Amino acid sequence: MTHNTYLYIAIVALVTYLIRVLPLTLIRREIKNQFLRSFLYYVPYVTLAAMTFPAIIHATGSVWSGLAALVVGVLVAWFSGNLFLVAASGCVVVFLVELLLL
Amino acid sequence: MNRKQFNRGLRVGIPISLGYLAVSFTLGITAKNAGLSAFQATLTSLLVNASAGQYAAFTMMAAQGGYLEIAILEAVTNARYILMSCALSQKLPPNAKLWHRLTIGFNVNDEIFGMAIAEEGKLNPFYYFGMMTIAMPGWALGTFLGTSVGNVLPANVVSALSVGLYGMFLAVIIPASRKSKVILGVVVVSMAASFLMECIPFFAQIASGTRLIILTIVISSGAAILFPVKDAEKEEAHDA
Repeated sequence: MTHNTYLYIAIVALVTYLIRVLPLTLIRREIKNQFLRSFLYYVPYVTLAAMTFPAIIHATGSVWSGLAALVVGVLVAWFSGNLFLVAASGCVVVFLVELLLL
Repeated sequence: MNRKQFNRGLRVGIPISLGYLAVSFTLGITAKNAGLSAFQATLTSLLVNASAGQYAAFTMMAAQGGYLEIAILEAVTNARYILMSCALSQKLPPNAKLWHRLTIGFNVNDEIFGMAIAEEGKLNPFYYFGMMTIAMPGWALGTFLGTSVGNVLPANVVSALSVGLYGMFLAVIIPASRKSKVILGVVVVSMAASFLMECIPFFAQIASGTRLIILTIVISSGAAILFPVKDAEKEEAHDA
């Protein structure tokens, strides 16, 4: 049995939208509970950190170029914080390291 | 005021859009390999705007999985957006209009979320709309290019572009870690735990989206219990 690609796309889009929009529309008031507030405050940092490492070292052609991108990215972010600069320096480092290694 | 915020969102959105362009380019290659046309892949990107979610979806489409199966997979890989949307609901002014909420809900994403949550005080929805306006075309265009000309680019260029996304994540978490020792600790623990989960066979067999949900809930709860955030501290972490 072959599935319809457009039906697939519709299901994926609908599920994703519901997940994002339900909390936004249903939670109208400020949450007073200190635990919940603190929990939600830490969520983005945990999620983004866990998504970055170790995934970054598998994303490139070699573990070493990914690791180099991580180290340079952390340093640039620590001292500058500029979104574009951090992203671009990571890409350049990967390109250079792979040029030397591979 | 709203117009100014919208324009500021457009400016902040430029690097996000460029990063998306690079990342969705590799996603487009995945879509092509899964048998989707450039139109179908671009349509998915326009409607879904989720990197891990789309990657999982394309893989499932290639395997011709069932409709219910793909719905469940999508719910799991995107479950972290529930947490982000909850956090955003607190960041919006309580009187934000329904259409504001419905529009923001269309593009709750790691990067845009990161920028929105880094705002001092309440979030102006128009700032968010500005970021969406410029970021979404980047995501769609990158996917289109990836599916149509992806195989033309040399492998080392694709490899270099694919870390762009992680650079954007670092640009959100590292400056915050510099300002707050607690966040620095949370970031280090999260990375270490994520690495360990990948190495320990029992956890490694769990899908990566599910692992991420487990890590997020456990570590955020732990931090919330050990270092509860008072409103004053919260402000301090952003201003310092």
